[in-house]
Amino acid sequence: MTARDVVLARVRRALRDVPPEETPADVEVVRSGPSTAPLTPGHVELFAERVAQYRARVVRCVPDDLVATLVPLLEDVSTLLVPFDLPRGLRPAGPRHIEDRQLPTGELDAVDGVLTTARLGIVETGTIVLDHGPGQGRRAATLVPDIHVCVLWADQLVAGVPEAIVNLDPTRPHTWISGPSATSDIELERVEGVHGPRTLRVVLVG
Amino acid sequence: MSATFVGMPTFPVAAGTALADSQLRRNLAHATSTIRTKRAEVVREVDAWEQLRVAGATLKDRTLRHLDVYLEQLETALTAAGATVHWARDADEANRIVVDIARLHGTDEVVKVKSMTTAEIGLNDALEAAGIHAWETDLAELIVQLGDDLPSHILVPAIHRNRAEIREIFLREMERVGRPAPADLTDAPLELAAAARDHLREKFLRARVAVSGANFAVAETGTLAVVESEGNGRMCLTLPEVLISIVGIEKLLPTWADLDVFLQTLPRSSTGERMNPYTSLWSGVTPGDGPQQVHVVLLDNGRTDVLADTVGRQALRCIRCSACLNICPVYERTGGHSYGSVYPGPIGAILNPMMRGVGQDAQLDALPYASSLCGACFDVCPVRIDIPEVLVHLRTKVVDAHRGRRPTPQDLVMRAASWTLASSARTARSTRLAGLAARVLSRRGLRSAPGGRRVLGALPRPAAGWSGARDVPLPPAESFRSWWSRAGRDAR
Repeated sequence: MTARDVVLARVRRALRDVPPEETPADVEVVRSGPSTAPLTPGHVELFAERVAQYRARVVRCVPDDLVATLVPLLEDVSTLLVPFDLPRGLRPAGPRHIEDRQLPTGELDAVDGVLTTARLGIVETGTIVLDHGPGQGRRAATLVPDIHVCVLWADQLVAGVPEAIVNLDPTRPHTWISGPSATSDIELERVEGVHGPRTLRVVLVG
Repeated sequence: MSATFVGMPTFPVAAGTALADSQLRRNLAHATSTIRTKRAEVVREVDAWEQLRVAGATLKDRTLRHLDVYLEQLETALTAAGATVHWARDADEANRIVVDIARLHGTDEVVKVKSMTTAEIGLNDALEAAGIHAWETDLAELIVQLGDDLPSHILVPAIHRNRAEIREIFLREMERVGRPAPADLTDAPLELAAAARDHLREKFLRARVAVSGANFAVAETGTLAVVESEGNGRMCLTLPEVLISIVGIEKLLPTWADLDVFLQTLPRSSTGERMNPYTSLWSGVTPGDGPQQVHVVLLDNGRTDVLADTVGRQALRCIRCSACLNICPVYERTGGHSYGSVYPGPIGAILNPMMRGVGQDAQLDALPYASSLCGACFDVCPVRIDIPEVLVHLRTKVVDAHRGRRPTPQDLVMRAASWTLASSARTARSTRLAGLAARVLSRRGLRSAPGGRRVLGALPRPAAGWSGARDVPLPPAESFRSWWSRAGRDAR
């Protein structure tokens, strides 16, 4: 017998008390589904507040001012990584741009910052979700550089975790980001900045 | 060979040592009270918290009661997503699989995401024995590894260390295994974290094989989830060419949509945050992004024994948040090492004996008694594991396992009590005798317990062990039975 056969046989033997006619659906699970209520301006405000509570910097702007808003946020970035498919209109002048086309890891480590978009934002938890689609870069791109500047549009916000989950595509990889890298491993006091980007700046458009 | 839990003394002995360590007690009291307060604040924010707990518990029950179906579904989904699925009956088999994959790729080092499962199976020692270095990359695991120490908490394995101790370990040990700590390192947590960042970065950039666990495995989609704070997890899950994830078979969830319940309850219960800094979700191989060779090892190692116990099965709902450790009055005072396992605290007191079997090992058999049964662990558990119920159930199993062996003094006392209480006349005589003894003893200067009741001091052997941790109240001078026959009839 293979290990697979043995483990599955052990599982079935352990579950002899489960009636053979029982199906998974027979084990009742009561839960509220995702809400469909539209978000209000208060939600946008709350999202900005909650992101900032993780000690990320949040700047709000109207669509026309986006590029101008980005310039001061990239002041301390001299080399900026941009996903190769980041929209042209999202590339502010200032830092030297390096397009990420499978850059070797060592070169990723040499850039100062990275600019991306996101898939959605979760108001209740102040979380930014990337599914690494167009404009969001592959997973390493938003991880190795020390400064991550992320642009999110207000209409990308959802109320809570259930509303995020139903809107995401399980076949894609996801990175959920709530503030900069942090640890509570020393006396359970939160310290920002370990291995991921130590600085997170979020531009909320609209 | 690193530090090991093998040969640890039983809980009462280890707890005695821990209680005498005032530094340890200060570190633990500070850390557990900090995290309890944070957890309480963010749990209070969620109106539907109780519904989320019930949903989490029933979702896990659904999975566990049909685990064979979901395991096969997960295997199919993972394979379709480009992953190679391995099955491991026990720790040795899982370790062998990892060693073989590492050797196949000709590497002499792997980077590791913090994983309880790999600690459980002793993967680091197995790799070391095969000449492969395993670098722990979580800050607390790094502290434990560098200090040749043992983990003492599920979430924060170095919870027993304070900042000054951590600074010393970094200054002394980092240079032995890589980039040294800066000579002017202080004990500020920010500086200690920065030293860990610099020390580990070269390892992240160099490593070709990574090993992780998984917080959740979604049967429907083959999604694995790793929930973390520092970004070391993302480094390991993203940069190396080869990723090996070791997943206990209890980590399954039926569907993608079921993740929402646990991504709400886990961070709030665990670190006391609305959301942890980083969560990675992935399924198999993503072309052009992350490891292009993905292995998943599905591990039993005693889990099916827990599954077979219809009372204890609920322990497999555990999502390793550690809220039960932080709230437990016993854990808070004795610390994690006393439990002699990588799974300490209330959940460890039930998981270890069930995974490894009762009746064979005094250390394991003592764990179900390492509790006052106060029930605080059940109240905070995000998947409603009734830990006190399982503790009592396991005490029964321990007693049953010892039946027929040479009786202990406690057995003899219990037999005598059984004989006495089985007869009304014998009970009456014994209470009269106890009353007499009480009147004689009360002439001596006795201590008073809180509330004023007089108590006996330490009893002589063989009852000394029993009275060492308990107040023995003086029997009443007159029993209720005798009072009732004297005065109760008149009162009617």
